[in-house]
Amino acid sequence: MAACCDSLLPLILLLCLSAQAVDRSNFKTCDQSAFCKEIPYFYRSLELIYVLDTLELSDSRLTLQLINDNNKVRLLLELYRLQGNMTRVKINELKPLKPRYEVPDVLISDPITEALSVVAQDENSLVLSLGGKDQRLIVSAQPFRLDIVEGPQVLMSLNSRGLLAFEHLRARKDTKSESEQATGQENVEQQTNEDGQIKEEEDKPGMWEETFKSHTDSKPNGPSSISLDFSLPGVEHVYGIPEHADTLKLKNTDGSDPYRLYNLDVFQYELHNPMALYGAVPVLISHSNDRTMGIFWLNAAETWVDISSNTAGKVRVIPQTDVRWISESGLIDVFIMLGPKPADVFTQYASLTGTQSFPPLSALAYHQCRWNYNDQEDVKTVDQGFDEHDIPYDFIWLDIEHADGKRYFTWDPSNFPQPKEMLQGLMDKRRKLVAIVDPHIRVDSGYKIHNEIRSKNFYVKNKDGGDYEGWCWPGNSGYPDFTNPEMRAWWASQFAYDQYEGSMENQYIWNDMNEPSVFNGPEVTMHKDALHGVWEHRDVHNLYGLYVQKATADGLILRSGGVQRPFVLTRAFFAGSQRYGAVWTGDNAAEWGHLKVSIPMCLSLGLVGISFCGADVGGFFKHPSAELLVRWYQAGAYQPFFRAHAHIDTPRREPWLFGPENTALIREAIRQRYALLPYWYQLFYNTHRTGQPVMRPLWVEYPDDVATFSIEDEYLIGKDLLVHPVTDEGATGVTAYLPGKGEVMCFSTLNGTIPVFQRGGSIICRKDRVRRSSSCMENDPYTLYVALSSQGSAEGELYIDDFHTFSFEEAKQFVHRHLSFSANTLSSRNLAPDSQFSTASWIEKIVIIGGSQPSSVTLKNADGTESALEFEFDSTLAVLTLRKPGVNAAADWTVVLR
Amino acid sequence: MTCVHLLLTLVFAVSLGTPVEIQGPRGVPLTSIQFYVENKPFTCLDGSRTIPFDRVNDDYCDCKDGSDEPGTAACPNGSFHCTNAGYRTMFIPSSRINDGICDCCDTTDEYNSGAKCENTCKELGRKEREVLQKMTEITKEGFLLKQHLIEEAKKGHQEKQIKVTDMQENKKQLDEKVEVLRTVKETAEQPEKEAKERHLKAWEEQKAAIRLEKDKAKMAEAFLELDDNADGFVSVSELQSHAELDADADGTLTETEAQGLMGGAEQVDMSTFESVWPNIKDKYHSEVSREEEPAPVETPPDEVKEPVVDNDSEPYPEDDISEEEDEDDEDEDDYHEDDDKVYHTENLSKNIEKELSFDFGPDAEFTYLYSQCYELTTGEYIYRLCPFNRVSQKPKYGGSETNLGTWGSWSGPENNKYLLMKYEHGTGCWQGPNRSTTVKLTCGKETVVTSTSEPSRCEYLMEFTTPAVCQEPANTDLSPHDHVEL
Repeated sequence: MAACCDSLLPLILLLCLSAQAVDRSNFKTCDQSAFCKEIPYFYRSLELIYVLDTLELSDSRLTLQLINDNNKVRLLLELYRLQGNMTRVKINELKPLKPRYEVPDVLISDPITEALSVVAQDENSLVLSLGGKDQRLIVSAQPFRLDIVEGPQVLMSLNSRGLLAFEHLRARKDTKSESEQATGQENVEQQTNEDGQIKEEEDKPGMWEETFKSHTDSKPNGPSSISLDFSLPGVEHVYGIPEHADTLKLKNTDGSDPYRLYNLDVFQYELHNPMALYGAVPVLISHSNDRTMGIFWLNAAETWVDISSNTAGKVRVIPQTDVRWISESGLIDVFIMLGPKPADVFTQYASLTGTQSFPPLSALAYHQCRWNYNDQEDVKTVDQGFDEHDIPYDFIWLDIEHADGKRYFTWDPSNFPQPKEMLQGLMDKRRKLVAIVDPHIRVDSGYKIHNEIRSKNFYVKNKDGGDYEGWCWPGNSGYPDFTNPEMRAWWASQFAYDQYEGSMENQYIWNDMNEPSVFNGPEVTMHKDALHGVWEHRDVHNLYGLYVQKATADGLILRSGGVQRPFVLTRAFFAGSQRYGAVWTGDNAAEWGHLKVSIPMCLSLGLVGISFCGADVGGFFKHPSAELLVRWYQAGAYQPFFRAHAHIDTPRREPWLFGPENTALIREAIRQRYALLPYWYQLFYNTHRTGQPVMRPLWVEYPDDVATFSIEDEYLIGKDLLVHPVTDEGATGVTAYLPGKGEVMCFSTLNGTIPVFQRGGSIICRKDRVRRSSSCMENDPYTLYVALSSQGSAEGELYIDDFHTFSFEEAKQFVHRHLSFSANTLSSRNLAPDSQFSTASWIEKIVIIGGSQPSSVTLKNADGTESALEFEFDSTLAVLTLRKPGVNAAADWTVVLR
Repeated sequence: MTCVHLLLTLVFAVSLGTPVEIQGPRGVPLTSIQFYVENKPFTCLDGSRTIPFDRVNDDYCDCKDGSDEPGTAACPNGSFHCTNAGYRTMFIPSSRINDGICDCCDTTDEYNSGAKCENTCKELGRKEREVLQKMTEITKEGFLLKQHLIEEAKKGHQEKQIKVTDMQENKKQLDEKVEVLRTVKETAEQPEKEAKERHLKAWEEQKAAIRLEKDKAKMAEAFLELDDNADGFVSVSELQSHAELDADADGTLTETEAQGLMGGAEQVDMSTFESVWPNIKDKYHSEVSREEEPAPVETPPDEVKEPVVDNDSEPYPEDDISEEEDEDDEDEDDYHEDDDKVYHTENLSKNIEKELSFDFGPDAEFTYLYSQCYELTTGEYIYRLCPFNRVSQKPKYGGSETNLGTWGSWSGPENNKYLLMKYEHGTGCWQGPNRSTTVKLTCGKETVVTSTSEPSRCEYLMEFTTPAVCQEPANTDLSPHDHVEL
C-alpha cells in the first residue's frame, strides 16, 4: 500500500483522465493523510502486552489492561460474547486525556451479551469459551493477540501482525508548561508513575497541524488514530466496505492505496479504484466454502482499509487474507460476526444495526427524476407523457431548482406557485412526488429556517466557536448539527404540513449533499476541526449523513401522526442507514462502465444491510445513447431502487424521446417491474424482518460453489430470480452462469429481452395487470408462477398489507402465506395465523412450468367445497395454465392435479 | 372524414334518443357490437379461438387480442370504449378500468372501484365546442389573412426580381463610369504628387477638362435617362417627367416651360442636347440617385434596420483613397459618390437575392416574417425572435444579449415541415451544447410569440402564432367569398 508513483506513466495517465473524470488531486491519498501514512510504520515495531493481573471477568464482560511497551501508555481491552455468535472487542485508553468518541445511535440497542467463561489460563494466555461448537477465544500476551478458533481451526486472528496502534491523546508540547502548572496533567502522571515514565515521542510532522491544498486542519487534539489488523486463514474472498465504484470482490491493496471510507461528494467519480465516495459502511464480509464471517468496525472517523492476500498471483498456498483497519480518531470497537452461513452473518449484523425499513409499495415502483423539472407545467406535461405512452410510474422528482433560491422547504414562486395544485393533480392520478431537501441552509436573514436554526444555536460551529459557514448550492450556507438530538427533533417538526407550506401527504423527501458537501471545504467537505458540540467533525464525519436521513424520515412519520411509512432517499450513509430509507450510487455517468458497476455497488451495499439501493438509470452526467438508455432501464428494472435521473446540462430523456421502438422496450422493462412488484414487496418485507439482502450475490445462495464467488455481472433477487443484465454495447446475448446442483433454472417465461431466470423449485407471485401506478394495482388479482424443481416441487411466499402504513407492524394487519407444490398438490397456508387483513385480491391464474399434463384439476376451498378448474397445457414448453381459480389471496385453498 | 362523420352521427343519435340503451357488453363500441351476440359463442376478433358467451367480460383474459374482455382490466392489451354522450367517444387502455381514476367523462370506466366520478361530458362538450368554435373563427380569419400574405408575397417577389435585374444593369453602367473616373483621378493625382505648386496652373486646366469630361458623362447619362422611349431624342414630354426642372418653382413643369428649356424645340438629339444641358444640369436629379433614397416600397422604414445591421457591412472604404487637398474635394466627392452608388447597389441586390433564396413556404406565405422581429417579455428575460435570422435572449434588467440560435431550417414533421423552425449554433453552454431554439408555429390571427421555455438545458422552445400556418377551414360555410365558388 501507499506505494509512491515514482514513474511518469501513472502521472500522465492521471492527467489525461482528469480532463474527463474526477479531479483526483481534490482528494487525499493515504500518503496525504498524516495518520494513514504515518501509523503503519510508526507503530509497527511496537509490542503491546496485556497485564494479567488486571483481568476482570464478569458474566459477560472481560477486561484487561494492555501496555504499550514503548511508551507505557495503558489501554483497556474489553471483550464480550454477544448473542447470536458474535464477539465484541473494544479498546480504549485506560485514562484518556479527554474522552474519545464512541459512536452513538448506530447500534439499535445494547447488544445482548452471553456468558463468557475461562476455560484455561496460564502466564501467557487465556482461553475463553464462546459457547457452541468448540469455539474459543484465545488471548495471548507478549505479543498481544486474539485468536478465535473452532476446534483446531483458527477462524480469525486479531493483531497477529502486530499492527494494533493507538495514538494516545497528549498535551501539545508548546502548551505544556502552562498546563503543567495547572493540575490537568496530573492524571497522566499518576497513571504512568506506577510503571515508569511515559516515553514522549518526538513530534512528527502532521501531528498538530495538517495542510491539504489550501486547507489547514488545526488538529487541536493532536494525533488520535487507531489501527488493528485481522487475519483470515483460509479466506480468499472478502466483500463489503462500501461505497466504492469497484468490483464486488475486494481487491488486494498491496501496492495501491487502501480502500478509503470517508463520505465525500466526488465530482464525476472514476471506476475501479479505492477512492472514497458518498457513503461508508465499515463492514467487511469474508467468505469461503467453509464459513462466512463479518467484521464490523464501528468508527465514524476517516477510515482506511488495507487488504492483502497471500494468494495474489500464487498457486497452491493455504490462502489467507489480512485486513487492516485504520481510523483517524475514536476508539477500537469491533464486532466479529462468526456466521457460519451467509444468512447467519446477515442476521447477526441486523441484530446490531437493524434492518432495512419497509418502504411503501410505491417506492419500489418506477421513479422519474431530472435536474430539473422546470415548473408545474413541465411536471404536468411529463405526467401526461407517461399516460400518453402508456408507461407506468409512481414518483416524479424535483431537484434543487424547485425551491425558492435553494431555500429548502420553500417553492420557487414563479415556477411552482401552486405546489398543492400540482400535488393534487398527481394525487388524482394516484401518483406521488419527491422534493429535495438538502442539509446546507442558505445564510439569509429573510429565511425562516435559517433564522430559527441560528437562534436555536443549532448550527455546526467552526473551530473558533462561530457558526460554521461553507459554500454550497445556495451560496454561503450553514450546516445544522444533525448529531444534536434536539436539532433533529426540530428538523423533523419542519415537515409538518403546517410548517412546510405547499407540502401534501403524497410528497416525499430526498436528502442530497449530506456527506456533507462543502464546495470550498477540504476535499469538498467540512473542516475536520469544525465542532458538533464537544466533538470534532473529525469524529463524527461519516455519521452526519445518516443523521440527516434519520431526522428527515422521523419528520415524515411525525407529520402523519405515526401512521404512514416514510420514504427518504439519501446519498451519504453509514452503518445503520438502512433503517431510514433508500440510497443511490450518486452522480454516475452515461457510460457502459457505470451501468456495469451499478451491480457490484448495490450488491456490496446489500451485503452490509442496505438493500434499498439503485443507480441513476441512464447515468447522471452525459447523454446516453438510445441503446445504453434501454439497457439501463432493463437493468434498473431489476435493481431495488429504480429511478431515472439526469444532469441539468443533458438533453431531455423521458422514455418516449428515443423513437417508438425504444419507447416500447423501455415500456416493457418498466412493466416487468410493475408485474413483479408483489415479489419485490415480499422480499422487502422479508429483509425488514430478517436482514437478508434483497439483491444477492450468487454465492449467498450457493456458498459452496466456488465459481460463483467472483461473479458480479449477474445476481439473485431474493433466492428465486436470477438476473444477468446486458451491460455491453452491441451485445445480442449473454452467457449466464446457472448455479445449483440438480436445481433446474427455468428460463423465465416472463421476458425475452432481459435475461431473467426463475429458479426451479420456486413460486413467484405477480400482478400481470399493469396499470399506470402501483397504487392503481392494489386490489388486482395475482398470477402464480410455479417453476417445478427436478423433484417436481416448488415453494414461495405471498405477502399483502395496506402497502403504506405501519399497521402491518403495529396492528398485525397483513397476509403472509406460504405456497407449496409437491405431489401434484399446490396449497396456500397461512404463515401468520395471528395476523389479519382482508384483501380484495384474488388468484386469477396459476402457471405451472415443467410439469406434465393432468387429466383433471380440482380446487378445494377452505370450507370443503370443490370445483373443477379448466386448464391448458402447452406440451412444447411443458407449461400448464390453470384458468381462474378465483379464490381470495388470503384464503386457504388447495389445487390438486390428477 | 369518416371519423368526423361517425362522431357527428353518434352525438346526434344520443341527443335524439336519450332513453335508447345501447345493448351489448360493457366497453364495446357500436361499430363492433355485432360481434358480441348474447348467448352465442364468442369468437375472438383475431379469430384465434371461440369461447362461451359467459366468458366475455368475466374478468379473465381468454383471447390473445383482448377482445373477450372489453369491459374489464383482465387483458393487458385490451381497450375500453366510453360513449361519453355529449362529448367525444373515446377508447382507453383496459388497464384504466376500475383503477380508481376517472378517465371517461361518463364515468363508465369506474364501475367497481369505489372512485367517485361525476359525469362531466356535457360540460366538457360545451367547453370543447366553445374552443372549437373559437379555433374555427381563428382559422377562418387566419386563413383569409394568409391568402392576403400570399398575394403580397407574390407581388413583392416579382418586384424584387425586377429590381434585381434593374440594379444589375445599373451597376454595370456605374462600374464603367467609375472606371472612367478612376483613370481620370489617377492621372490627376500624378502631377500633384510630383510638384504641386509648379503644376498648379496646369492642374487647374486639367481639372476644368475633367469637369467638362464629367459633365459630358453626366449629360450623356441624363440624355439616356430622359430618353424614356430610347428613340435617340429627348422630347418635351420626356423632359416634363423631371419636375425638379420647373423654372417658376410652382411644382409642375409645364409643356411651355419644358420647351423653353429645350430652346423651343419639340425634341432634341444627343448633339443638340449639349446646348440644353447647361439650362438643366444644376437642377437635374438623376433617377439612379433618387433610387438610393430610403423607403423602398416593399418594406416599412423600421424594418430596414435589421438586415443592414446584421449584414456584416464592410466599413466605409476610406482607405482606398489617400488624403487630398481641399481643391480636390469636389472631384473626390464625385468619385466617392459613384463608388458608393456601386457599393449600395451591390449590397441591396445581395440582400434581395439572399431574401429570394429563403424557403418562405409553398406559397411564400412566410415572406412577411422576413426582417421582422417579435419579442416576448417574461419574468426575467426579453426573448426576441427574428424569423429566418436569429433568436436571442436579453435579461430584463440589464446584461448582455445571448444568442439562442441562428436560422437553421424548417424542421416540422414530414407531412408539414413548416410547423417547426429550428435555430442553431447559438452561444455555447458551459459543459453543454450550443444553444438552440425550436419555434413551434400555430395558427393565429396575430403574429406573436406566445411562450418560451427551456425544456432541456440550452434547448429552447418558443411558441409562435401566425396566420401563415392556418389551414383552410374544413367546413365550407365558413369563408363565403372563397368557398362559395367551390
